[in-house]
Amino acid sequence: MKLRKMTFNKQLLIPLIALLALAIFNLLADPSFYKITLGYNSAGNPVLSGYLITILDYGSELAILAIGMTLVTAATGGQDISVGAAIAIAGSVILRVLCGTETSPAHMKAPVIVAFLIAVVVAMLFGAFNGTLVSVFNIPPMVATLILYTAGRSIAAWINNNQLPIVNEKSFHVYGGFIPGIPIPTPFFIAVICAGLTALMLKFTTLGLYTQAVGINEKSSRLNGINPTFIKFLTFVILGVCVAVAALIKVSRLSTINYSVIAKDIEMDAILAVALGGNALSGGKFNMPASILGAYVIQFLTTTLYKCNVSSAALSAYKAVVVIVLVVLSAPTVKDKLSKFWNKVKPATSKEKEAA
Amino acid sequence: MKENTILEMKNIHKRFPGVKALQGVDFSLNKGEIHALMGENGAGKSTLIKVLTGVYEKNEGEIYVNGIEKPAVIRSPQEAQALGISTVYQEITLCQNLSVAENMFIGRLNHNNGRSWKKMNEAADKILKNLGIPARATQQLSTCSIAIQQMVAIARAVDMDCKVLILDEPTSSLDEGEVEKLFTLMRDLKKRGVGIIFVTHFLEQVYEVCDKITVLRDGKLVGEYEIKDLPRVQLVSKMLGKELDDVSEIKDSSLAYKGTDTDVPVYEAKGLTGTTGIKPFDFEIKKGEVNGFTGLLGSGRSECVRAIFGADRTVGGTVKIDGKETKINRPIDAMKHGIAYLPEDRKGDGIVGDLSVRDNIILALQVKKGFFKPFTKAEANKFADEYIKLLNIKTASADTPIKSLSGGNQQKVILGRWLLTHPEYLILDEPTRGIDVGTKIEIQKLVLKLASEGMSITFISSETDEMLRTCSRLIVMRDGKVVGELKDDELTQNMIMSTIAGGEA
Amino acid sequence: MKKKLLAVLLASAMVFGLAACGSSTEKKESSDDSKKTEESSDLIKVGIINNDPNESGYRTANDKDLQAMFTKENGYDATFAYSLKNDEQISAAQKMITDGVDYLLLSAADTSGWDSVLKDAQDAGTRVILFDRTIDADESLYEASIVSDMAKEGETACDWLKEQKLDTYNIIHIQGVMGSAAQKGRSEALNKTAESEGWNIVTQQTAEWNAEKAQQIVQSVIDAGTEFNVIYAENDDMAKGAVAALDKANISHGVKGDVLVMGYDCNKWALQELLDGNWNYDGQCNPFQASYIDEIIKKLENGETLEEKTIVMDEKGFDAKTITEEDVEKYGI
Repeated sequence: MKLRKMTFNKQLLIPLIALLALAIFNLLADPSFYKITLGYNSAGNPVLSGYLITILDYGSELAILAIGMTLVTAATGGQDISVGAAIAIAGSVILRVLCGTETSPAHMKAPVIVAFLIAVVVAMLFGAFNGTLVSVFNIPPMVATLILYTAGRSIAAWINNNQLPIVNEKSFHVYGGFIPGIPIPTPFFIAVICAGLTALMLKFTTLGLYTQAVGINEKSSRLNGINPTFIKFLTFVILGVCVAVAALIKVSRLSTINYSVIAKDIEMDAILAVALGGNALSGGKFNMPASILGAYVIQFLTTTLYKCNVSSAALSAYKAVVVIVLVVLSAPTVKDKLSKFWNKVKPATSKEKEAA
Repeated sequence: MKENTILEMKNIHKRFPGVKALQGVDFSLNKGEIHALMGENGAGKSTLIKVLTGVYEKNEGEIYVNGIEKPAVIRSPQEAQALGISTVYQEITLCQNLSVAENMFIGRLNHNNGRSWKKMNEAADKILKNLGIPARATQQLSTCSIAIQQMVAIARAVDMDCKVLILDEPTSSLDEGEVEKLFTLMRDLKKRGVGIIFVTHFLEQVYEVCDKITVLRDGKLVGEYEIKDLPRVQLVSKMLGKELDDVSEIKDSSLAYKGTDTDVPVYEAKGLTGTTGIKPFDFEIKKGEVNGFTGLLGSGRSECVRAIFGADRTVGGTVKIDGKETKINRPIDAMKHGIAYLPEDRKGDGIVGDLSVRDNIILALQVKKGFFKPFTKAEANKFADEYIKLLNIKTASADTPIKSLSGGNQQKVILGRWLLTHPEYLILDEPTRGIDVGTKIEIQKLVLKLASEGMSITFISSETDEMLRTCSRLIVMRDGKVVGELKDDELTQNMIMSTIAGGEA
Repeated sequence: MKKKLLAVLLASAMVFGLAACGSSTEKKESSDDSKKTEESSDLIKVGIINNDPNESGYRTANDKDLQAMFTKENGYDATFAYSLKNDEQISAAQKMITDGVDYLLLSAADTSGWDSVLKDAQDAGTRVILFDRTIDADESLYEASIVSDMAKEGETACDWLKEQKLDTYNIIHIQGVMGSAAQKGRSEALNKTAESEGWNIVTQQTAEWNAEKAQQIVQSVIDAGTEFNVIYAENDDMAKGAVAALDKANISHGVKGDVLVMGYDCNKWALQELLDGNWNYDGQCNPFQASYIDEIIKKLENGETLEEKTIVMDEKGFDAKTITEEDVEKYGI
């Protein structure tokens, strides 16, 4: 039992160290980074604001995507690069249902929940499309999802006839903003719900065991009665659900959509979150809490960079540095050296413990 | 250092977290000597080899090569190769998606073989022909059988101008003819002054080809012996660290199968037709019976049991389980009918490497139980602990990834996985391949015990004496076809040989 | 195995290629072939090469405008080709020249690489009219060029801002994709005016026309507690993103608010924001070039000569205080 806890913590260590490094950097650079103020928004509701809240807010949509991306990565050993385009599609569907054929109706034509559920179904279908290419036709995930990556935003535009519909009702802001009376951004609660549902899913189904088994050894999994094709397919469909949730948050933030830029490059952040969580991008074992934490760390980094007035065009360059560090750290040779170092340090600390 | 010593390892120590894998081991090898390295699983044979070839870094000790006074520095397999130390590993470490020739020359292209594909293929074909390996240079490696792949690996090592050739379980997947070819080659190399370190579990082979034996146990050196000074029984007892009853006496008459012809077979197939090149075959097994498929490597014995389990697609024939007709299309169908299958290729089809021992044990039962009914942690732990204890699996904990266990212990985990499903019919395809004598005997004993408790078992092994000890009926295969069935008095080495060969005894 | 992989790669490359075609170069024939041969003698054949209408609201409006103008009713037989890639545009142009169009209307994705194809056009007797974007080619190769003057748009906006006579000017400057003509023109005007007037630019970052990024940039400034009273966004989307951040932090904006909001492009919804007093200014970037082009073609057909090769379109700036419902309907895109 004790040992299991240790291995669990070991993987969480990677995003935690990254988080700590960023936190210390900000503390030294400008302690006001941590200032949180309670104010009232234009609707007169209490809201918290500050960099940390911003991280909580924007990191949440990333965390939701990281959940699906983790499963896809684990089962297929590849990544879905079409999530940004799929968000454009799902967001477009939400607005299509809410606005009907008008571009700027005074009132929503359908309840948000209906629009959302339709978007979930559509996103699951596109996930199923990716999943079929990967699991049935054995196309490498990156190649398979390249199709939707390329075509997705055009499909999104086509859904709304190239119009840019706008939702005028303020109540629609709730999902990407604040619930009246609660000062913490709604996306955080949505992420908590998603994480909770995922935890339940992993607890009450064998999905975790199956995805890992399929990702590690597909042949062996099959001989143990698992259907690897279905498991891989399933992970893409689950990612589809995550995409629809993220799309709702995204379109709610602005009440409208821009097909060519909505959720642009978000797939890279989601993949980065999975990697930062210490999960092998080549599939196999995964740690969901570490991925989710990884997502918030990525947003921490993004927000830090914004604060330092780094131009958003250069953001990806800085993130690339993080990727390099991660890849190098997870390379077998470095891991070997690190574990040697760790072993040298460990006896000392354990002796101290004994003494205490 | 003596005149004709080409390799001397002194006081080698290697520690892994929590394990002392090697503790002060000495080893020396002469020119033109075939030196067996023996020991049970986990005795430290593979670790010693890996230290020698630079895969692992040693914690203490010196290695002297080629009579040079200064200790050699070996930090990578490349450096080992540069010193003339080549290895053929137990598990196939070649690239499945490259051609045979590419595999032979990968990493060492020069002006002789690297100028063109044609040149390279010609060079490869020449070596293959010399060694009598039935493979073409342009063939993709994955299309070769495991035996051929192993031989390609040996060809690769042989072709590198090596002074020390390490063969780590090279014969475990070769049939007798192939083994003989390898031995011829080893003797040839020996004459040319190459020192060969031969790691194997096959006692007969050691006595057939080796000059000296070094025995390791629990990471420590037991001793170095001239082959003539060490009879088999003593060797086994030195390896196990205890006196052993005669190995051949496991078959206890009280456990013998006493079924009658009128029993309804647990499993019965008529005209089962696979898609992997085997002819339609009939097969049946009754409650408590142990039978086996035998034949040369590639004769189709594995393909038969894979067809039975649904691992490969079947296109014809009828299957009855407990007398009722049924269909088995996928492994899960077979599992639901109480059939379990331990596959031949442990690394590729058996273990799920990165998963823990616990997850590997519960996997099959979990799948059988269903997607929405996961075991609780407590249940999983209980099962894992139970089978770790029952099968005496040596692992640091149930959380250890299975891939860090030794081969024999991995096999026990897979065996535990299937025993946990409480099968009525258990198929064991080469369960003893590449594992030590002690574990082999344990597994054979277990097979007989399980059968006596009513389990039906099909047992496949390359070692016919193992089959003779365990099975009450043998189905003999040749070229994908069932050519005979032996039972009772017919169960002798000679009968098997002659049936395989297709002539009268 | 090797073959399999190759096959998969090929197949996926094909599918990918198809998907790419579908998204960027879909061609619409305004009439089917049989009719075309009958009527082509009376109709003026035009080939229109444009950027992908999904690119932005501006482009959508631009395309709609062209589609509405070049119809059979107006005496045109038009073929449309869309791509954001220069080489695809060039091959589309070559095909149109071979098909014998009378006029080639071109909004080039890239400024260079057009010389040879325009020479081909000249040889084939096809007349070229550039719209929306200029190219690096000799003036003799085309008849006319109808463009927006981005620098002038910027100056109009900055002049307006100057007239507001604020006590202090603390400006958040949200830029478009760096290096684009619109970004260059609009940024330059602000930089110049800020320097001469002594305005303080709090932050100057690119949000790449992306509302979400603009929101994050403004959010970051708010979180830092830096004071500002003007948001100068180089398009409507980014202005909207900025306002979303203001709303979240309860910072008032617009006519009666603390922060002045400026955008560009005159999307209908943006003008509506102006009308509601939520924003202060929106600069026009006129996408309605069709009527200008129509006029030029009519002139050329009548054998008249054009007075000027480069025609700069009228572009307005709208103030929230003076904008009317009619403006929204008329100029909103």
